[in-house]
Amino acid sequence: MRKFLSSPAFWRGALSIVVFLVLWELGARSKQWMAPEFFTPFKELLGAMGFKKDYLPWIGAVPAPSAVLKALLAVLGQHGYWQSWYMSLFRVMSGFIAAMIIGIPFGLALAVSRVAHGIGFPVFEVLRPIPPLAWVPASIIFWPTQELAITFITFLGAFYTIVINVLGGARSIDVRYFQAAQSMGSSHWDIFRRVILPGTLPSIVVGSAVGMGITWEVVVAAEMISGGGSQQAGVGGGLGFFIWNSYVGGSYEQIVVGMISIGIAGFVSSELLRWGGRYATPWLKAR
Amino acid sequence: MAESAIRPTIIPGEIRVENVRKSYGAIHFRKEVVHNCSFTIERAKLTVMVGPSGCGKSTLIRLLAGFEQPTEGEILLDGVPVTEPSRDRLVVFQETALFPWMTTWQNILYGPRARGEVTRETLEFGEFLIHKVGLQEFRDKYPGQLSGGMQRRAELARAMINNPKVMILDEPFRGLDAMTKELMWEYYSRLYEENRRTNFFVTTDIDEGVFLADRMLVMSNIPTQVRAVIEVDLPRPRKLADLVESDRANDIKKQALSILHAEAMRSFSRGSKAAADFVDAYLKRASRA
Repeated sequence: MRKFLSSPAFWRGALSIVVFLVLWELGARSKQWMAPEFFTPFKELLGAMGFKKDYLPWIGAVPAPSAVLKALLAVLGQHGYWQSWYMSLFRVMSGFIAAMIIGIPFGLALAVSRVAHGIGFPVFEVLRPIPPLAWVPASIIFWPTQELAITFITFLGAFYTIVINVLGGARSIDVRYFQAAQSMGSSHWDIFRRVILPGTLPSIVVGSAVGMGITWEVVVAAEMISGGGSQQAGVGGGLGFFIWNSYVGGSYEQIVVGMISIGIAGFVSSELLRWGGRYATPWLKAR
Repeated sequence: MAESAIRPTIIPGEIRVENVRKSYGAIHFRKEVVHNCSFTIERAKLTVMVGPSGCGKSTLIRLLAGFEQPTEGEILLDGVPVTEPSRDRLVVFQETALFPWMTTWQNILYGPRARGEVTRETLEFGEFLIHKVGLQEFRDKYPGQLSGGMQRRAELARAMINNPKVMILDEPFRGLDAMTKELMWEYYSRLYEENRRTNFFVTTDIDEGVFLADRMLVMSNIPTQVRAVIEVDLPRPRKLADLVESDRANDIKKQALSILHAEAMRSFSRGSKAAADFVDAYLKRASRA
């Protein structure tokens, strides 16, 4: 840890973040920077692009980091904020875990069995290009509760990525490993357990990490569209709904608080997965 | 540890390849890779097959191992036709086929574990082998952490623990640097001299062939056939230094070269670039020798 703190990589990263925050703070406070006057020379062009004369992109309209921090501190003590975290996390986790439980065996089956591939793959390929968010209305109709509908959407977000990675990973195992195992007397089951599974594991980890990223993208949008499945306005609707609700309520600092919260949540869950992945595939780091 | 007490009795086998033909592709686009090929891998001898690269040696290995079946003809191990892969005929692959997700020790024990034969004796034999190949300190390392030479030695141990009747080695030292390669030759021939299993060693390198072989099969270009069988009657144990000075070794090398040369010229007249390169490379070497 101490080594990490004194490494140039850490200081470069820290500097990057500090510079970003300072510029943002200055821009938000100045109320001048990127003000409409700045764009006067391009008035014609901007008008053609649909910008009104008195409304040009202006960083002064965005709350300053200090204001966001203040809002964050205020919100930290509120039950509703933590409830939002819990709701989103719960949906992401249940969708993601369902996608792993169904996706990994499904992908392996597609890779191992010609029959399974013949039957399962065409349907999978037809459904795969449909973006998860296109499923929102249909799944609200289909599932009995909104909670299940949102979870289903997050499931879809991770499912396709996991299946494609598992399938590709299992397919790309070197044929010599199978030949070697066969020669040494391995049964089919033994080859599956000791060659195909560990051979696919790195792809499972990669697929899960990418899938986890997609679930966070998807859950937020699903919550905004479906109204977060909450009965009381603004309470317990998930982080996506928290952002939407702050926007509707005109509390712009809270929008940014919500955005940052999702950033942190996505980062932490991806890091946890990567850490678990490294633990599960010790031979990869050992080079 | 007394070696004889640990090592199970080895019963070397003999493989006879009889009029084997192998072609790929549909009827009108058939390409014959192995043409009417016959030879014997003699019991308890080290038979080396040399031939230009791309001459169908790897196809022959797949047939010998039982991964594929010949289109015509038969392959017999001690009189029994070869129909499927088996521990009787183990292949040590080009580059390496150690399982990257298993440690050295787990790799070596793969065969016995797959067959449910992990007994005290096998564990002791494994222990003996890992010492033999000098990897006892690397038993818990993954293949990715081993050097090229170590990987090949681990792979030899992984094959030997299964006591195959015939060991098949498909250019096992390809891709190693020259120094390591020569060390591996000496190392491997010592292993062979100690236990005299039936070994079948495939290579494109004539020096390698002459150094290792009891018998050397010189192959034609595609479709593969045996052009000549050379008995390599050099004394064992062999040392690289002795071989460089040995007139007999050089005679054998020249003999093999002239056959391969004629073979390459024949394919060259049919327009094979690979064969032309092969001739060039070997002519340069021959003029140096």
